[in-house]
Amino acid sequence: MSDAIREKIRNFCIIAHIDHGKSTLADRILEITGALSERDQEKQVLDDMDLERERGITIKAKAVRLTYQDKQGRDYILNLIDTPGHVDFTYEVSRSLAACEGAVLVVDSSQGIEAQTLANVYLALDNNLEIVPVINKIDLPGANPDLVKREIEDIIGLEAGDAPLISAKNGIGIGEVIERIVDIVPAPEGDNDAPLRALIFDSFYDNYKGVIAYIRVKEGTLKTGDRIRMMATEKEFEVTEVGVFMPTLSPVSQLSAGEVGYVAASIKNVGDTRVGDTMTHVLNPAKEPLPGYRAINPMVYSGIYPADGARYSELRDALDRLKINDASLTFEPETSVALGFGFRCGFLGLLHMDIVQERLEREYDLDLVTTAPSVIYKVITTDGIQHDISNPTNLPDQGDIEYMEEPVVEAQIMAPTEYVGAIMELCQDRRGVYKDMEYMEETRVLITYILPLNEIIYDFFDALKSRSRGYASFDYEPIGYQQADLVKLDILLNGEIVDALSLIIHEDKAYTRGRSIAEKLKELIPRQMFEIPIQAAIGSKIIARETIKALRKDVLAKCYGGDISRKKKLLEKQKEGKKRMRQVGMVEVPQEAFMSVLKFD
Amino acid sequence: MGYNSLGLYVHIPFCLRKCFYCDFPSYSGMGHLMDPYLHALKIELKNSSTRIGDRKVNTIFFGGGTPTLYSSERLIDLLKYIKDTLCISQDAEITIEANPETLNGYKLEALKDEGINRLSLGMQAGQEKHLRKLGRGHTLKDVRVNMDLARSLGFDNINLDLIFGLPHQTLEEWVESLAIACKFGAEHISAYSLIIEEGTPFFEMLNGGSLNALDEDAEREMYHTGAELLKNQGYYHYEISNFAKPGKECAHNLIYWHNGEYIGIGSGAHSSLGGVRWSNHNGISTYIESISQKGCAIESKQKISPAEQRFETIMMGLRLVKGVSKAKFYNRFGQGIRVYYGKAIDQLKGLGMLEETTEYIRHTEKGFDLQNQVLTYFMDEL
Repeated sequence: MSDAIREKIRNFCIIAHIDHGKSTLADRILEITGALSERDQEKQVLDDMDLERERGITIKAKAVRLTYQDKQGRDYILNLIDTPGHVDFTYEVSRSLAACEGAVLVVDSSQGIEAQTLANVYLALDNNLEIVPVINKIDLPGANPDLVKREIEDIIGLEAGDAPLISAKNGIGIGEVIERIVDIVPAPEGDNDAPLRALIFDSFYDNYKGVIAYIRVKEGTLKTGDRIRMMATEKEFEVTEVGVFMPTLSPVSQLSAGEVGYVAASIKNVGDTRVGDTMTHVLNPAKEPLPGYRAINPMVYSGIYPADGARYSELRDALDRLKINDASLTFEPETSVALGFGFRCGFLGLLHMDIVQERLEREYDLDLVTTAPSVIYKVITTDGIQHDISNPTNLPDQGDIEYMEEPVVEAQIMAPTEYVGAIMELCQDRRGVYKDMEYMEETRVLITYILPLNEIIYDFFDALKSRSRGYASFDYEPIGYQQADLVKLDILLNGEIVDALSLIIHEDKAYTRGRSIAEKLKELIPRQMFEIPIQAAIGSKIIARETIKALRKDVLAKCYGGDISRKKKLLEKQKEGKKRMRQVGMVEVPQEAFMSVLKFD
Repeated sequence: MGYNSLGLYVHIPFCLRKCFYCDFPSYSGMGHLMDPYLHALKIELKNSSTRIGDRKVNTIFFGGGTPTLYSSERLIDLLKYIKDTLCISQDAEITIEANPETLNGYKLEALKDEGINRLSLGMQAGQEKHLRKLGRGHTLKDVRVNMDLARSLGFDNINLDLIFGLPHQTLEEWVESLAIACKFGAEHISAYSLIIEEGTPFFEMLNGGSLNALDEDAEREMYHTGAELLKNQGYYHYEISNFAKPGKECAHNLIYWHNGEYIGIGSGAHSSLGGVRWSNHNGISTYIESISQKGCAIESKQKISPAEQRFETIMMGLRLVKGVSKAKFYNRFGQGIRVYYGKAIDQLKGLGMLEETTEYIRHTEKGFDLQNQVLTYFMDEL
């Protein structure tokens, strides 16, 4: 490809706070450049999973190639790269940004800059992107574009005086946005003849072609038949197809420096195309990979069990299939006395966990029982050996433990100043260590805390939202391990430990948590034929106790006129209800109980 | 009554008014269908006789609805027709249900003369306010007057139906109701716990908040106190909700509880014969039409597998205080009850819900309160 053509390429992404209109703007741009006819346009094309659409978030990055002719009649190729927008996926976002030269920053004209806006701007600046600010929703009554412009200039330090004022929803000002992209975002650089270096920024599994890797060619040229190597995993493949997204997969003869497209190479496993990895040629390889690759590891673990034990192998198949498209999901078999055979699954974060569970239930029609999420604790036993424990049941005896360490994160919370007190109280309550507070402007602060991960995987997000009336936003990054006084909290039903309910928790919190779990279980477990004591215990010490009173009455007064079928139907229904329960010793425990012990406050 | 008895149930779906708690297939304001219905009953009876052949019918039960809404002439006409069509045992128990406001001396006498030997009166409560709240159409006095009349005419087997666990009912009121029923001299008392069923006015009131259901503990206290009171009054507690003076157990209902055989005639009636169960259409017009067109009005019919028969035998048998007879079970199914249900029985014994003698498996007092829970243990085979 000639430099003249490369001059006409613009690789960009759109960044925004949730709900500020990123997906809608993307749709409009696709529409105006003719990538979509209105007929086959479903709302928000870039978010193609149902789940994303429902949650209004983008989970997987995606790319589309657009053509655009400016007023002087010059043709441009625009590659729009979509990015995920949640803390669980920060790394993926950063790799998508690394594939671009510019970013359109969408700011809601009534909301102004929010925490995510800023977090994304920083990521974009880290990747040396040119930023094109755009002010959206200007047709809403609460719009205050001048104030928002000033915010952009004061907080981010970006010139925003001539930022396009648009309404993505109503198609106002879209053309202007595209003109700005062409003007401001620089054309990519790169030497077509240098050894190949292509950045993988996403991938998905296609039933016919195998893994489709999304790449940005930084240097060199890639074509069908080339032998390629992934520099981090050192896996080698032969390229079967290269192409671009129109937005459907469209093969091309080659991809050169500066271009965005895809590679298929009969790759069976998305784990072989890690986001951030560099693709090079087997012959004439690049000396150094592109910077920024990070192996991403699960942070949160939870046991997932089929509600119906007979569907264990279906669950395994479903996890296998999800894994094909989700390299960050890990799972291995585990057994629980209470729940039978299942899997210990690792997730990037809570949202990721929710998404996987929902997909299993929705796409694979599985009924699941999930256990409380846990993190990986480092347990050092008296013999000096370190154990990584993600399932509380596997914790060694308290007597054998020298000390324990838990993962901690640096959390950044942005909120209006009036909620600072409430938020700091919350962080303090979650064993947070205050690190920093920075005024972003008069009415907004960025608070930084060091928090134990296990304090935020339960309900931190919800608690934060409720204490800030939804205004606070939250981002976190793991920063290592630190020693802590942790204990295993057991729950006993009818005198027996229910392994699936055990938790590892800080000593200071065990008492309150034990009591609230006992109370919660009392609500959730239906009364049965006998009295059921619920106890919370640390070792052999009982720290809380509740009692589910025995059922007093469950009998039909009358069987009228020989109508046996009616009574039988009633009993069958009752029996069916029991089937959905887990038998723990003599006690029948509803499946929700295993998960809802997490919801407090 | 033996285990091989055959019962005949005749359903009369008409009522003067629908009580607020009632979810039986009965209707008010359908008086114009009473004659066509009677006609249809006869056709169904005639056709049923071929199923039964010359097998003796041991019990007849006219239930409703309000059978005594029919005039004595119509009732006698029907009874005569039954006797002409089927082979009725000499000593058959023949019961008719009645609401006190539909009775009078003339009707009672006619019924007695035609061989009806058991009367079941809906008394329900011993307080006028509760009768009104239940939507009953009679007073306490109506009950007493008709009891006395029936006595003087020679009825010596009278049941009074009572309900407890009514909204705002006190234990004292319930005890009083029972005491009144005893004083009236009933040979048999059915004491039913109120169940608020969907589709009844009570259910709507409960949902709308204008009715408060009685709490379980209070309800159970009424049950156990009531059972104790009746025992002291010489009544034998023989089924969850039924109490009788010695020898006055309801033979017809015992057929149900022994999971025996019966033919049900009329709308919504259920039958069980030769391992097959069937039931008729509930709606009166549907029933009449169906009979006139096809000679039968069966809505659903199913063959009962041996496993289901075993479960049903347990389900019904455990309603009896005596319990399920091991010998009868063995005779019927060719294997002992423990062969099928040993594990469930042991678990339930361990929980204090069942007890076992050499002859019977039966509920403990606690097990009676939780019968549905107990029965689910017997359902693994299904």
